[in-house]
Amino acid sequence: MIPRYLAIEKVLEHVQPADLVLSTTGMISREVFVSGDRAGNFYMLGSMGLLSSFGLGLALFNPEQRVFVLEGDGSALMSLGAVPLIGSEGPGNLIHIILDNEAYESTGGQPSISSGFDLTRVAEGAGYRTVARTGDVEGLQSALLECARGPGPHLILVKAGIVPVKGIPRVSHSPTDIRDRFNSSVHAGE
Amino acid sequence: MKAQAFWEVLKQRGLTFFSGVPDSTFHEVYNAMAGVPEIRYVPAVREDVALGVASAAYFSGQLGGVILQNSGIGNLVNPLTSFSLMYKIPVLLLIGWRGYGGPPNDAPEHWIMGVKTPEILDLLGIPYEILEPDNMEPALDRLLTNIREQSVPGALLVRAGMVD
Repeated sequence: MIPRYLAIEKVLEHVQPADLVLSTTGMISREVFVSGDRAGNFYMLGSMGLLSSFGLGLALFNPEQRVFVLEGDGSALMSLGAVPLIGSEGPGNLIHIILDNEAYESTGGQPSISSGFDLTRVAEGAGYRTVARTGDVEGLQSALLECARGPGPHLILVKAGIVPVKGIPRVSHSPTDIRDRFNSSVHAGE
Repeated sequence: MKAQAFWEVLKQRGLTFFSGVPDSTFHEVYNAMAGVPEIRYVPAVREDVALGVASAAYFSGQLGGVILQNSGIGNLVNPLTSFSLMYKIPVLLLIGWRGYGGPPNDAPEHWIMGVKTPEILDLLGIPYEILEPDNMEPALDRLLTNIREQSVPGALLVRAGMVD
């Protein structure tokens, strides 16, 4: 298992300036904000489960930009139906990363059901081009490199540990600021 | 009105990107879609998924559309309140208004939502217009003005038989 903040850091190291990064509600957005705030990040402050659908729309609309969808197992489980839709639409520029700590950590660490359910099988059944499952930094690095080598949709499932990092601030940008900064990054790719 | 004209009115206003979950109100609308090559449609699995997909259009300077039955409004309450209204990311909701007028119209499963549909939209602060046989252009233009001025989602309510 990889500490989640480390997994997020490694993912952000692979992000190119033109890439779009979407992060789900709760601690994941806060950790992305702290690790690498940038205009091309969309912090989904609410609407748990909506991220992958929004990412799909953005990937279809902007095929020239890579779209990273960064969510947890709880968020992925909530919107399982979006996975076959992503497979069906097949955007080559979508990189779907699930940080699976088998828990709802943002609300106190209540267990999710992903300890007994392998989310990569949904992506395999849905027809993602590549599906990787890893629990260490080397595996994550090579999965990210694999994503850069060919078209997606790609899924990377990272088994992450629950290591609460104290004192992580909330995203300080207002929702409309997040929208407007992100909007300028989408257009920058055109 | 005819389904072809329905698409024509939308297309003329730059609306070409749609996602949704079908409703029988839009049976002919879906049939006519094949004849309008400009339309891009993503067949969503739930209404919230459709809203997530369609909202992406905003970031390319366009307005996305979501097609749904009014029973699907329930699946939109969270994404509307904590996404669309919070970030002020508009979409056009094309809602099949099943159970209009309440019982005995339509099937029992539509009776409650049939009556509550306008109330729920009012409660959420979603502007809406009601499609009549001859008002699509003025109704849609009023709605689009509202949507653009407030930067919020807006709904066009479509009763059975309005588009054939």
